[in-house]
Amino acid sequence: MGSVSDLIIQQIINGISLGSIYALIALGYTMVYGIIQLINFAHGDIMMVGAYIGWFCTTTLMLSFIPALIIAMFFTALLGMLIERIAYKPLRHATRLAVLITAIGVSFFLEYGGILILTPQTRTFPEVFPQTVYEFGNITFKYGDVVIILTTVILMAILTLVVKYSRVGKAMRAVSFDKEAASLMGINVDNTISATFAIGSSLAAAAGVLIGVYFNTINPLMGIMPGLKAFVAAVLGGIGIIPGAMVGGLVMGLVESFVSGIGFSTWRDAAAFFILIIVLIVKPTGLLGKNIREKV
Amino acid sequence: MKLFNVKNLIRLLVLMVVYGIIQYLFINKAINPFYMMTLVLVCIYIILAVSQNIITGFTGQLALGHAGFMAIGAYMSALVVVRMQGSLVAGIIFGALMAAAAGMLIGLPTLRLRGDYLAIATLGLGEIVRIFFLNMDYLGGATGFSVPKTIDWTWAFWLMALSVFLMSSFINSSHGRACISVRENEIAAEAMGINTTKYKVMAFTMGAFFAGLAGAIYANYMYLIHPGTFSFLKSFEILAMVVLGGLGSITGSVVGAGVLTIISAGLADYPEFRMVIIALVMIILMVYRPNGLLGNKELKLDFLRIKKKG
Repeated sequence: MGSVSDLIIQQIINGISLGSIYALIALGYTMVYGIIQLINFAHGDIMMVGAYIGWFCTTTLMLSFIPALIIAMFFTALLGMLIERIAYKPLRHATRLAVLITAIGVSFFLEYGGILILTPQTRTFPEVFPQTVYEFGNITFKYGDVVIILTTVILMAILTLVVKYSRVGKAMRAVSFDKEAASLMGINVDNTISATFAIGSSLAAAAGVLIGVYFNTINPLMGIMPGLKAFVAAVLGGIGIIPGAMVGGLVMGLVESFVSGIGFSTWRDAAAFFILIIVLIVKPTGLLGKNIREKV
Repeated sequence: MKLFNVKNLIRLLVLMVVYGIIQYLFINKAINPFYMMTLVLVCIYIILAVSQNIITGFTGQLALGHAGFMAIGAYMSALVVVRMQGSLVAGIIFGALMAAAAGMLIGLPTLRLRGDYLAIATLGLGEIVRIFFLNMDYLGGATGFSVPKTIDWTWAFWLMALSVFLMSSFINSSHGRACISVRENEIAAEAMGINTTKYKVMAFTMGAFFAGLAGAIYANYMYLIHPGTFSFLKSFEILAMVVLGGLGSITGSVVGAGVLTIISAGLADYPEFRMVIIALVMIILMVYRPNGLLGNKELKLDFLRIKKKG
């Protein structure tokens, strides 16, 4: 029976790696939703742009992993702010339907603009990590797994500190609580929203680079599925709640690797959406969410 | 409402003239088969856009699973026609009814969700439908399912005309007005005694029915149906047509579907450009004209009418 439990532990390790990536993307969704109640459909594609910047840094500029990660995060943060200014800010007071459709438009623009500029061809990430494999009995631990989990933990710790203690973080919490009251207290709401997009996008970029180095290949449409699944993760944990995104991401990663592990890998995307629908029907506010009654 | 009033007779006359001209041109080889296919696609997309408009434009529910219902219609009609040797009419009716049943089943729980959650739940369901057919080897699976071509332009055109007529009658009925009240203010509508869930499910089921019908026409026209056709991208394209024409305008959807389908056919060799243009049009429209080109106005044939004196 040793082999079965080994298999389970192996799937847990794979699940945690994958789940960490989902959690990083889900954080961006949840922060943006928390502050302007918008499902930023373009978030997955921002991750794709981050992956391409990381790829450019490691291939053309021959940089190593950490500088590539930081550069990707920086430029993607700028992109996130730019998108917010151009596409979402003019619609601050428009109907939610209009904003949501715009977000879908931005998403398709990034995907197919990416295909136009970068060609639809799949690119291969160079091996930035040694192919070391740690073995404990029958369980294998790739170097990549360790890097993904470490990077995610570090980024999440930084994020938690920023949101809890920095001025920007406090402003973000104030704006998401009550936009008008925050602006009366002297908080610049527009800048705070920009900062939220910047932070969320840079986390997505980190996820993109990690996907690139872990799975080795990237393409302009790579953002769609992880983006949707990370959104599911955010809803699963309770959208607008930062720890919820982390929990949701890990759960999604584990479910997906178990569904693949028991031999239904073609159904794994369906499993993600199935979870989403169950959550939405049973507890739409998510695992960690509280019920809020709608007021007239 | 009388079925044979002057207005409807004029509409029928206009449709017959349009049909006659195109049929005449086709018989005389002035329209080549590629353009003919584009025209049939225009008919299919008009049905899809108007039915999406019933859900999104008139009832105000952003559902992104239209491609899923189209897929159900397409595959179920193909099941009847190919696997059970049924007739074309039986296939189309079965496909549309199955899509409507799926719409109702899906709508009952999910339509309780508000705005964004509904969008994402229906998107997820559309993807589940696609993955389901991808894994159904009995219906072709990942390689696609070939269906004999039994539908021609005449079928597509008149089915389109009938669908649009039925849907616009629905919108102009008291049920349709109830749907519009749900869009305008759900809480107020509920306070006025309108069963909002019932009307949301009704609009959703109706939209799913006609999406299934469009899917069935598509399946019996295109020789081959493939799960990849019915992805989220298709739902988005349909939504783009509705938004372009105007949320809450049936003639707007007809125009939007026509324009975007013809543009798509023109850019068939450059699919990336097509999507970039569609995406840009969507963003610019939403920023400057959030209700689409026509808003909720309808194009009318009023200029044909003789003005009364005084």
